[in-house]
Amino acid sequence: MPKDHAPKDRGIGASSRRREDVRFLTGTGRYTDDINLHGQAHVAFVRSDVAHGRINAVDTEAAAAMPGVLRVFTAADFASAGGIPCGWQVTDRHGAVMKEPKHPILADGKVRHVGDPIAAVVAETYEQARDAAEAVVVDIEELPAVIDMKAAIEDDSPLVHDDLGTNLCYDWGFVEDNKAKVDAAFKAAHHVTTLELVNNRLIPNAMEPRVAVGDYAFGTGDHTLYTTSQNPHVIRLLMGAFVLGIPEHKLRVVAPDVGGGFGSKIFHYAEEAFVTFAAKALRRPVKWTCQRSESFMSDAHGRDHVTKIELALDAEGHFQAIRTETYANMGAYLSTFAPSVPTWLHGTLMAGNYKTPNIYVNVKAVFTNTVPVDAYRGAGRPEATYQLERVIDMAAREMGMDPIELRRKNFVTEFPYETPVAVVYDTGDYHATMDKLIEIADFAGFEARRAESAKKGLLRGLGINCYIEACGIAPSQLVGQLGARAGLYESATVRVNATGGVVVMTGSHSHGQGHETSFAQVISEMIGIQEDQVEIVHGDTANTPMGMGTYGSRSIAVGGSAMVKAATKVIDKARKIAAHLLEASDADIELKDGKFSVAGTDKSVEWGAVTLAAYVPHNYPLDQIEPGLEETAFYDPSNFTYPAGAYACEVEVDPDTGKVTVCRFAATDDFGNIINPMIVDGQVHGGIAQGIGQALLENASYDADGQLLSGSYMDYAMPRADDVPFYTVDHSCQTPCTHNPLGVKGCGEAGAIGTPPAVVNAVVDALQRAGHTHVTHIDMPLSPARVWAAMQTN
Amino acid sequence: MTKVSMRVNGRPVSAEVEGRTLLVQFLREGLGLTGTHVGCDTAQCGACVVHVDGRATKACNVFAMDCDGAEVATIEGMAAPDGTLSPIQQAFQDHHGLQCGFCTPGMVMSAAALLDENPRPTEAEVREYLEGNICRCTGYHNIVKAILAASGQPVAVAAE
Repeated sequence: MPKDHAPKDRGIGASSRRREDVRFLTGTGRYTDDINLHGQAHVAFVRSDVAHGRINAVDTEAAAAMPGVLRVFTAADFASAGGIPCGWQVTDRHGAVMKEPKHPILADGKVRHVGDPIAAVVAETYEQARDAAEAVVVDIEELPAVIDMKAAIEDDSPLVHDDLGTNLCYDWGFVEDNKAKVDAAFKAAHHVTTLELVNNRLIPNAMEPRVAVGDYAFGTGDHTLYTTSQNPHVIRLLMGAFVLGIPEHKLRVVAPDVGGGFGSKIFHYAEEAFVTFAAKALRRPVKWTCQRSESFMSDAHGRDHVTKIELALDAEGHFQAIRTETYANMGAYLSTFAPSVPTWLHGTLMAGNYKTPNIYVNVKAVFTNTVPVDAYRGAGRPEATYQLERVIDMAAREMGMDPIELRRKNFVTEFPYETPVAVVYDTGDYHATMDKLIEIADFAGFEARRAESAKKGLLRGLGINCYIEACGIAPSQLVGQLGARAGLYESATVRVNATGGVVVMTGSHSHGQGHETSFAQVISEMIGIQEDQVEIVHGDTANTPMGMGTYGSRSIAVGGSAMVKAATKVIDKARKIAAHLLEASDADIELKDGKFSVAGTDKSVEWGAVTLAAYVPHNYPLDQIEPGLEETAFYDPSNFTYPAGAYACEVEVDPDTGKVTVCRFAATDDFGNIINPMIVDGQVHGGIAQGIGQALLENASYDADGQLLSGSYMDYAMPRADDVPFYTVDHSCQTPCTHNPLGVKGCGEAGAIGTPPAVVNAVVDALQRAGHTHVTHIDMPLSPARVWAAMQTN
Repeated sequence: MTKVSMRVNGRPVSAEVEGRTLLVQFLREGLGLTGTHVGCDTAQCGACVVHVDGRATKACNVFAMDCDGAEVATIEGMAAPDGTLSPIQQAFQDHHGLQCGFCTPGMVMSAAALLDENPRPTEAEVREYLEGNICRCTGYHNIVKAILAASGQPVAVAAE
């Protein structure tokens, strides 16, 4: 992809201002909750207030008689519907497929977590529905709940799903054939560092709560679902084919402006199926708007791993082997991609940026009486990075080595590099990102800053770490072998209008990432027209080709590649038209700055004249090509992409209170080529804040009975503006991806992956420097109470 | 039902509302001003911030009937009638101070109230003032920059 001729004010590499912003800044965006259909009714769900119980009876009589109530639904109404499906089947280390429980739309027989929907009241107004929901009488026999993962797989544990006979979803080993070699390497090792840690459970908390509006046209039998989704085609397929039995051509799914997702809006949720079903049953549009307190107990949560990691080293500090044992919480049901997160998105990343010849990862996925857990920004990769980068820091300290030098000694330096955990890094330069980090984070000035902190009575520490991630998911055939029940290609249609403007219909979905701007920049670059001549359409199954949506930092790498492929077909056809108009050979035609010209001559024709000819084919090679200028392409990547980088965090710890303040944060990322540097910076900023949130503030906390203690913004500590500093970010180290046409890698998750270990390493460093040498680890979130307690145990 | 009258973005409006109708419901459902968003139910997130008689107010936390006679300003009234963005709105675009856009109306309304009170705030003052506005996308970096820039203080332009 040529970029040398791009003027700085447009095309690839320009920080083009976002066109999305005008509607969002003027209150004229159209989010799902802004959609109100004529005659719509509203639903309120009756949700379980206990974590585990047997439903003896649901008495809806009083509720049904309340003002405005149209109907009260219970599980019995969904006897003919399928359960909410899981999109990934993991095979365990013994060759058995995972345990897969049924996930009903409304709880059937048992409730399995606080928030499990039991009944649904549809009424004329939302207030009436809520009032009536209060009048539904649910007789539940409360059962002992199981919250702790290790307790859940003891023989005497209560069972979340009685019919499965166990709470163990799977016991996965990776790579199982490596296990003996890994064990032998540990026996022979000079030094072994062992660390047990918790990757704390998080609640994604996109600022827009989920909303779903179902509509049914009786005259045609057409269903429409408006929903807050990152992937409307996936919802259409899952809900249509597996839950409600509606063929795709009778079901349209629209995800309009969506207010953030971070993974939580990938999944197909019961409420979507409910409103679609109820709209037909009642012949009225039915709308559900999630309250925030409801979203805390119904949106899929993230992370929640408990891990023991061991790192074996030789006397010089070369990594010899890694062995891990992880318990991964699935919650009460399997959410759409839940089984893949602790396995293929986690185990395959355990090599990190390092040459470690022997790796074995064991993951036990466990059902508990908690909200289902699924992908949240980074999804498996933050968990891998956190344990690896924490144990390396600890090993450096134990062996008296510099943590940067220990990492450098083990960096992968030759590419392609095949790890022992089944992935092939195509390109990277980890020394370069580390060198750049040392420069932009001003390591040289650290001691002076530490002295300044000391004058204030504060303990300053510096933490660094590296990360690598696998993005641009994913090669469909590979993930099919690994258990995915979906393809992971992407699609685009490039439609050129008669007067030269371009509309791109993409299967990717933007919910904050700015695709309408950055995708247009790519087309602008390819054709040489202004960005405002390009429109990007997404989020509606009725007018975009079947695509898989946005997650896993895949949009520009996979969706962008599909668009480039379709645009290339368009340009190739336009070149033939131009050749005809210029009476020259195709091979001699060049496209530059929106003009086709004959090489070596001054003969040329404007882009707009060619596109007009395509639709007004009076002088046109109709014997060779069809009229029109519109092409569709599907792109299936041949490999993942591997963004990588190095992060540094400086903290001050108040020794009296344990409060941690992040003073400085620097990130160097290698994302390959960059389309819009401004947008890329913004993606990293947001990821860093979520990473700081995980490290210091956020925790989805359950009590022993399964009550969610952090069920509102008063209890769940979201990062606020004064919890974070300005960040220094750099992405000038660029090793372009070798296998996609733009050379891009994806940037959406890096910040959330790279940040937590940097923060924790910094706090441990601060305490170590202050003489608390026994403090080698503190579990996240590093609340003042935990940090203070750690300091007291000396 | 109670009759309530107020001026919203300079336009007089009146309607019958239930006692429990929140100002944000009145704006969104009654007047179709859907720019004001609801992001939580505990008055924490700030997506619903509007100005009531010039003061930044969480519209989810005040009844419509309590705003009888009030002057209410929402995000829809911030740009000039010809569509020209206000300096704060323009700064948010120039500095990439928004991503998904959901918290943005509340952020802009809070920023406007801040700059009314304190025309040249420090970085720390901006951050402290935004305590009641949660953003999940931007990490606040570019929001703080945009507000400092809108106050006329020198700030590096985004990604340059």
